[in-house]
Amino acid sequence: MTQILKYVLYDLLRDKFALAYTLFLWLLTFALFQLDADAGKVVLSLMNVVLLVVPLVSIVFPVIHYFNSYEFMELMLVQPVHRGIVFFGQYLGVATSLVTAFLVGVGIPVMLFGAGMAGVSLLVSGSLLTLAFVSLAFLAAVYTPDKARAIGMALLFWIYFTLVYDGALLWVVYTFSDYPLEKITLVLIALNPIDLARIILLLQLDVSALMGYTGAFYQQFFGSALGLSVSAGVLVIWILIPLYFALRFFLMKDV
Amino acid sequence: MISIYDITKKFGKLEALRHINLVWQAGHAYGLIGPNGSGKTTLIKCILGLVIPGTGTIQVDGEPTSVSEQYRRKIGYMPQLGRYPDNMTVGQVIDMMKAIRPDTAVHDEDLLRAFELPTLSHKRMRTLSGGTRQKVSAALAFLFSPAILILDEPTAGLDPIASELLKEKIIHEKEKGKLIVITSHILSDLDELITDIVYLQEGRVHYQNTINHLKQHTGESRLNKAIAHIMRMPEVINVSSSTA
Repeated sequence: MTQILKYVLYDLLRDKFALAYTLFLWLLTFALFQLDADAGKVVLSLMNVVLLVVPLVSIVFPVIHYFNSYEFMELMLVQPVHRGIVFFGQYLGVATSLVTAFLVGVGIPVMLFGAGMAGVSLLVSGSLLTLAFVSLAFLAAVYTPDKARAIGMALLFWIYFTLVYDGALLWVVYTFSDYPLEKITLVLIALNPIDLARIILLLQLDVSALMGYTGAFYQQFFGSALGLSVSAGVLVIWILIPLYFALRFFLMKDV
Repeated sequence: MISIYDITKKFGKLEALRHINLVWQAGHAYGLIGPNGSGKTTLIKCILGLVIPGTGTIQVDGEPTSVSEQYRRKIGYMPQLGRYPDNMTVGQVIDMMKAIRPDTAVHDEDLLRAFELPTLSHKRMRTLSGGTRQKVSAALAFLFSPAILILDEPTAGLDPIASELLKEKIIHEKEKGKLIVITSHILSDLDELITDIVYLQEGRVHYQNTINHLKQHTGESRLNKAIAHIMRMPEVINVSSSTA
């Protein structure tokens, strides 16, 4: 396992993509801190970018990497190595490099400028979000036979979770606005990892007061330790379920 | 050593393998031949665990291949088209394989030296010609002195000198009592190497016997003529090769 992980990481380091991604995040964070002195506001603007860019990179890059390492996997699969180890070697390699890129790129400036609890929750939810989208990327890559279609499927996932889902959610809330929807929307939010991360962050930033009664209700739920651990737990489920299905399919796949 | 019981594999509607039953023993070299698309590579991939058969079981030394991957310790495989990570050098690929199979302390580097691969060790895989890649594949298949060697079109793409070196090595290993499975379309190459023949057609075992029996049976002294003879035979003849 460590041997395979070593070669996957070596390959990723040569790729330079992770390095470019780190640099981009670092410059972005640094620039935003230069624009505004209020760390809370910076984290808020950072959140909006992070919630778009991190899922996009975390879903497209692993798919490309999976197909570029196909030769390597073929070579490993005829050796006395379990398929699960080949799979997790790839997953952990990509996940490690993307999470490290995020933590270095965003984390170092955030810690430097002292963004406090909001900064920490940005780092935690950004990392969990990265892992969830890497899982979804592996699901797309394992199920589809060729690279182009897998990238297409990955982009569809991303568009669905960033745009389509929110549109549908707004429509539901608007149409049924006469009914008490707090608990239902809470469940609906949990069905989208990006929304989940956004709500966790917004409520750390005390902007929930702008959201009226619903905001107060969410503050009550997500603001509590229980609510925070439940939502982090749901994000972890978002990592594990696609990963489980991807692994199950990979174990039975014809190479 | 390798027992194949009732293997069937479908790719969509295409039946690539239909009820294959074979027993392959140590000390024999089996020539797996058949027209393009007759299921040779699929059968090999089933043995290696790259393709999961629809029905049936495969045992290597009595261990079912579906239970544990450890049986692959006993196998050296040379693929038809060796594909390697583009960015790695020849030396890195060889070191990586050694690191992945740490239980073999002494490596058989005969072919590595014969093909003069150490002089190319700093070259990236992507810069190598098709023939040089085949040399790397061959050297890797023999590197761990496995008891079973599965060679898919081993001499295709190799120059005459390399091809002779590889054939000598195969004969040498066969004499040591290893089980060798070779697919090839170059029947003149097989003539010197194999002891038994397995002829696949449309996913079925059309004919299986020792070379001597085949030549007696068809009355031909040369392998290509004998094969041409069995290709024309309409009925399926499946003779056990247990009496060598």
